[in-house]
Amino acid sequence: MLVNILKASLVAGTPLLLATLGELITEKAGNLNLGVEGMMLVGAISGFALGFYFQNPYMALIGASLSGSFAALIYGFLTITLRSNQVVSGLSLTIFGTGLSSFLGTNFVGKKMPVEVINFFKPIEIPLISKIPIIGEVLFNQDIYVYFSYILAVFLGIYLFKTRKGLNLTAIGENPSAADAAGIKIDLYKYIHILIGGALCGLGGAYLSVVQVPTWQENITAGRGWIAIALVIFSKWNPFKSIYGAYLFGGLSIIGFRIQYLNISQNLLNMLPYIVTIVVLVFSSLNKSKEGSPPKSLSLPYFREER
Amino acid sequence: MRMIKRERISKKDAFRIRSTAIIGSLILSGLFIFFLGHNPLDVYLSMAKGAFGSIYRIKDTINIIIPLIMTSLGIMIAFKMKFWNIGGEGQILMGALFASYFALNFSTLPKPILLFVMFIAGFIGGGFWAFIPAFLKVKFQTNETITTLMMNYIALNLITYLQYGPWRDPQSLGFPKIANFADSATLPRLFGIHIGWIITIIAVVVITIFLNKSKFGYEIKVVGESQDTANYSGIRVNRVIIRGLIISGGICGIVGMMEVSGVNGTLTNHVSAGYGYTAIITTWLSGLKPAFIIPVSTLFAGLIKGGGFIQTAYQIPQSAADIIQSMILFFVIGSEFFIQYKIVPDRRNAKGGEVNVS
Repeated sequence: MLVNILKASLVAGTPLLLATLGELITEKAGNLNLGVEGMMLVGAISGFALGFYFQNPYMALIGASLSGSFAALIYGFLTITLRSNQVVSGLSLTIFGTGLSSFLGTNFVGKKMPVEVINFFKPIEIPLISKIPIIGEVLFNQDIYVYFSYILAVFLGIYLFKTRKGLNLTAIGENPSAADAAGIKIDLYKYIHILIGGALCGLGGAYLSVVQVPTWQENITAGRGWIAIALVIFSKWNPFKSIYGAYLFGGLSIIGFRIQYLNISQNLLNMLPYIVTIVVLVFSSLNKSKEGSPPKSLSLPYFREER
Repeated sequence: MRMIKRERISKKDAFRIRSTAIIGSLILSGLFIFFLGHNPLDVYLSMAKGAFGSIYRIKDTINIIIPLIMTSLGIMIAFKMKFWNIGGEGQILMGALFASYFALNFSTLPKPILLFVMFIAGFIGGGFWAFIPAFLKVKFQTNETITTLMMNYIALNLITYLQYGPWRDPQSLGFPKIANFADSATLPRLFGIHIGWIITIIAVVVITIFLNKSKFGYEIKVVGESQDTANYSGIRVNRVIIRGLIISGGICGIVGMMEVSGVNGTLTNHVSAGYGYTAIITTWLSGLKPAFIIPVSTLFAGLIKGGGFIQTAYQIPQSAADIIQSMILFFVIGSEFFIQYKIVPDRRNAKGGEVNVS
């Protein structure tokens, strides 16, 4: 029972983890992108459509990440090159992504992923370590998407804290003029990380439509993009901490199905992740330590001319 | 090429840039329609016809304009304080919920009294729903975009729960719906449209005066420009934010009341119909000015109604209208750059060129 809940929490937490990581590196570059929900939806429909047509999992993954990047590019162009307000640009991106995914998805509603793709994303037991009691079954008997997401989280943690490029990125988020003076190409860094962030959000959305559900339904993300933005705050801009944040919320979102015998209305249980998100935000902001504070230039545009 | 900040821009130039942006967005959307295999001009024309082509359709469109204007007014007050209230959707739902409680349980009250009570209940419901994120913001500095949005989902699930559970009409034969309102809880009509349009016109006038002439309106403006300035000048910033948000959410709550009472005649979980989200666009495009909210909301109501029409006429999904809306938004946001900056050829390297140090 417990093993099953934990295992399912990882599955439910995977789209959150990918989107959280995507938003995390975007915010590290000093850009607050509120378009996560939109990018996830664009990725979800592109992944689904390509997976459906080509009956090929790779096409689904490529489509999801490219379309997520494309959506992020609109945001990047507006906020970096045209220096628009980041909050409004991000909100517009969400509105755009919601509309686009529902438009492209009209003919897919209720359609199911082909077996070829579903089989590709079946859980794969990793020899030996999957035999460790509890942990083995939970962590090492999952589909490759889950493996990819938590390995990526560890990789991004090392990238941000241990490599020169990662430290440059942090410098841009904290103090762009100093980073500029040190010769770091600010706009290039911002563009690259915003695009990668978009790709990850797209992949997160596609996990829902291609693996987890795997049937197309409108608004398949149901607010997960916003929970991901909250999880970035919860994880204090640290990829390692975002792993357990995402899985904790994954657990919350499935708990309803698991305690059905208690006879609590599903609609009331559906509120749970959203209420907990608010509670978590309150507790995260109570902690005023320096380590857990957002990048200093977050949501402020950078103009060299106006330094 | 490089850019320099404009000292000032004439109203005419700013208008020209913004209209170019809107035309640009229509051209790009037109290309999109073209690739779907339709003639963009035909589609635009039939959208306009679908929205404004007959008295009946105009009435339908006005039924969309009313909630859009009201919701935009509400959201505008929050946006003026740079409080990003994207919880209009939930505030509409809660206003509808509070008003419906009285409509369903006190239908024997005289009509004017019941409608007045529902109006107040709608304001309180929406105001209460906006108060929570406002309180959390001033007390704990939580990010209001996320909290207001989470409140949307909580409200949506709450009403779904009531609709499928405790409030379900036993006479609806297993169909999950809440009972229809009695006549005493239905907004009267004038010229074939529920009197919400009169409330909306009054609201536009009152809020314009309130923002420009009252002390509180002034405080809202100062808080939005700089919280530091507001603090120095003795404005109690937290109180202004909380009060402003109660008004902001309260106006959205009134929308909920008008929709259940004037349009739907009952409470459902899709009573807000996305107005809370569309109003974010209309509010921003109108530059946070009540006078501009009216034409922008009319345009967007036309897009929504016309979008529904082309769905039947051309089998283009209704969401195509959402895409056109966000294109307009992208272009207008982007065009702000050309209002604030101008691009000049870089003459630093040209021989004998004047070096322009900005």
